[in-house]
Amino acid sequence: MADITYERALARWQSMPDTETSFDDAALAAELAEKKAAAIETDAGKQPDPNALLEVRHLRKAFPIKKSLMGKVQQELIAVDDVSFVLNPGETLGIVGESGCGKTTMGRTILKFHPSNGGQILFDGQDITKYPPSKMRKLRTEMQIIFQDPYSSLPPRSTVGDILSEPVRVHKIVPEKQVKAYVLDLMEKCGLRDYYYERYPHEFSGGQRQRICIARALSVKPKLVICDEPVSALDVSIQAQIINLLKELQKSMNLTYLFISHDLSVVKFISDKIGVMYLGSMVEFGAKKDIFGNPLHPYTQALFSAIPNPDPDAKMQRMVLGGDIPSPANPPKGCRFHTRCPYAKEICKHVTPAYREVEPGHFAACHMYAEDASNGEQE
Amino acid sequence: MKEKKKSSYLSGKEIRAIAKQNKKVMMALEAKKHRRAKEEEFVCEMKNADNILEIDDLHTYFFTDQGVVKAVNGVSFDIPKNKTVGIVGESGCGKSVTSMSVMRLLQGPTGQIYSGSIRFAAEDKTYDIAEMPISEIYRIRGKEIAMIFQEPMTSLNPIFTIGDQLDEVTYIHRPEATAEEAQARSIEMLKLVGIAAPERVYNSYPHELSGGMRQRVMISMALVCNPRLIIADEPTTALDVTIQAQILDLLRDLKDKINGSIMLITHDLGVIAEMADYVVVMYAGKVIEKGTVQEIFKNPLHPYTIGLQKSKPTMQSDSDVLFNIPGNVPNPVNMPTHCFFKERCDRCCDKCGGDYPDMIQVSPTHFVSCHLYDKEEEVNG
Repeated sequence: MADITYERALARWQSMPDTETSFDDAALAAELAEKKAAAIETDAGKQPDPNALLEVRHLRKAFPIKKSLMGKVQQELIAVDDVSFVLNPGETLGIVGESGCGKTTMGRTILKFHPSNGGQILFDGQDITKYPPSKMRKLRTEMQIIFQDPYSSLPPRSTVGDILSEPVRVHKIVPEKQVKAYVLDLMEKCGLRDYYYERYPHEFSGGQRQRICIARALSVKPKLVICDEPVSALDVSIQAQIINLLKELQKSMNLTYLFISHDLSVVKFISDKIGVMYLGSMVEFGAKKDIFGNPLHPYTQALFSAIPNPDPDAKMQRMVLGGDIPSPANPPKGCRFHTRCPYAKEICKHVTPAYREVEPGHFAACHMYAEDASNGEQE
Repeated sequence: MKEKKKSSYLSGKEIRAIAKQNKKVMMALEAKKHRRAKEEEFVCEMKNADNILEIDDLHTYFFTDQGVVKAVNGVSFDIPKNKTVGIVGESGCGKSVTSMSVMRLLQGPTGQIYSGSIRFAAEDKTYDIAEMPISEIYRIRGKEIAMIFQEPMTSLNPIFTIGDQLDEVTYIHRPEATAEEAQARSIEMLKLVGIAAPERVYNSYPHELSGGMRQRVMISMALVCNPRLIIADEPTTALDVTIQAQILDLLRDLKDKINGSIMLITHDLGVIAEMADYVVVMYAGKVIEKGTVQEIFKNPLHPYTIGLQKSKPTMQSDSDVLFNIPGNVPNPVNMPTHCFFKERCDRCCDKCGGDYPDMIQVSPTHFVSCHLYDKEEEVNG
């Protein structure tokens, strides 16, 4: 495949004439649904990736927002639509996107806090999508979550010692006699002093509370930790402490992170792979160096240029997106980004672009990189 | 007893003693706030005619039952005409309280301006806002100084239309205005902030708008009376990055259009670097460094400013470990007498245990409050 860069694809895309043909929306929708169903079916039979810790295939989560009298769903909000990725042990996958793009819902659906409405979640080679709660309970020691707000995610009436030893006792991680020693050791690893054991969460600042949350998540020796905006509620200097702690722990305990954040600079710092989400679907996915060295999707480009640069001399050519993120209850037809995309053409308004591998390991969903377009480039 | 003193625990007796002590001071300040005063008492002169706002040794305290919280503890800085001054600092450093003091929006009787002066050059006269009785503040608040709040969701009244809320500003500050005039002005302002369908937004309720639109409405509300100074208190913190870029662009354009100054409060160094002409860095209620944006970003002097800049991961950096400042912001009650940053500082010297460092002038515009630069002063002197 020829080297595809954003600039070249964009130049090509802009030189192409806008198609005049009218589109039959109903037929296109039917065709798309058929394609999706076929893809799900073919992938469902596939063997799980032997190297992967977590494999997500065509994950879909919809919330009913309107029901008929008989309880039939009349309208639904598709929070996560057709998301697929593979995460290897010891890696960090960063998920970025604006609020309402479904990144948190995706994290929670992977942990099966909500039942999914389609697709598969494969954890450590097993398909956990249809696991009953009793079986999930055993798996909870393998997958844990750190929440965004350390102020509301700790029980105010338990001491730090209680908070940290409860999961250890419930899952019988160590014999009862060793629980306290185990918890104290864990606290030390997370940068908490041993005399905090008897204290209550309200006595701590935000950064310390987030350390308690991290210690609680790690107390059951998980393999996968989903970090749902763990540093967004913290100050800059405390943010740096927590990010460094997460990185250290990853090395020493061989953890795999799914790091959800809206802050691209934080994601860049911690991730190996990055997925960019917009309105419930993944628009771009790839290794960190690909995403940052050669961002393909116009939305990724806009996200990058929107970040204020702490250098007063840098005068960036800023690509400011107009308008707001559309309501996910009523997403636009065709490419979901077309309402805000500065390069949108007629085709974008009707045809949903395929999510395809543009470079090896680098996926994007944009008509600029459609099959025939890149073939044309090769000739 | 000594053990007890050290921890943050206070007995009921101690709390009552503190409350009794505080009550006296609070009542005196409250009486001053509600007094009737002649104009001479609060009209003053600016030190420098080029400034629109001069804050001089401002002390704003909160008299809580746990003790006096010196949220703003001797802050001084100026805002020149037609310039943007950025105030950075972590949460709890007093940046919002400073802006609330300027607007006289402190929640009494606990929150009080204890001493200091805030001189503001209005169109005809110069007022000392700190000395003004609260009944006179309408001369300035909303008319000459307007504020944009952090949370556009909670700052708009959910039961009135946008139009009602915008018109109210005109009715209050120009009582002679007719309904048509007020509406025309409101729609003009909505247009100015880049709202595509101002008439539709005028008739809608806040819940019908998105976060970015609400923030635009807040900005338009601030602009109705052509203020000379806009205080923007974390205007983009609650917004997404792409919307933040829109709002920052808008604020930059507006500053030229309305010919005013902006006091921008934020914790995001990137926003400051893009928007501000001058930067004030605050820590635990004090200004620790101030200067032009070039000086603060190219030649930061205070260890806290340096640490803050290094600890922010940027798109350009490629390092493996982030620099971090150890520890936390100190407890706001019972602050030490030495430098507040001493416990967290990596360049601490013997002198740091002594008095709080004075403001040292490094260049005509660059000031820093750190003992590390005391020597240079002597050599230069």
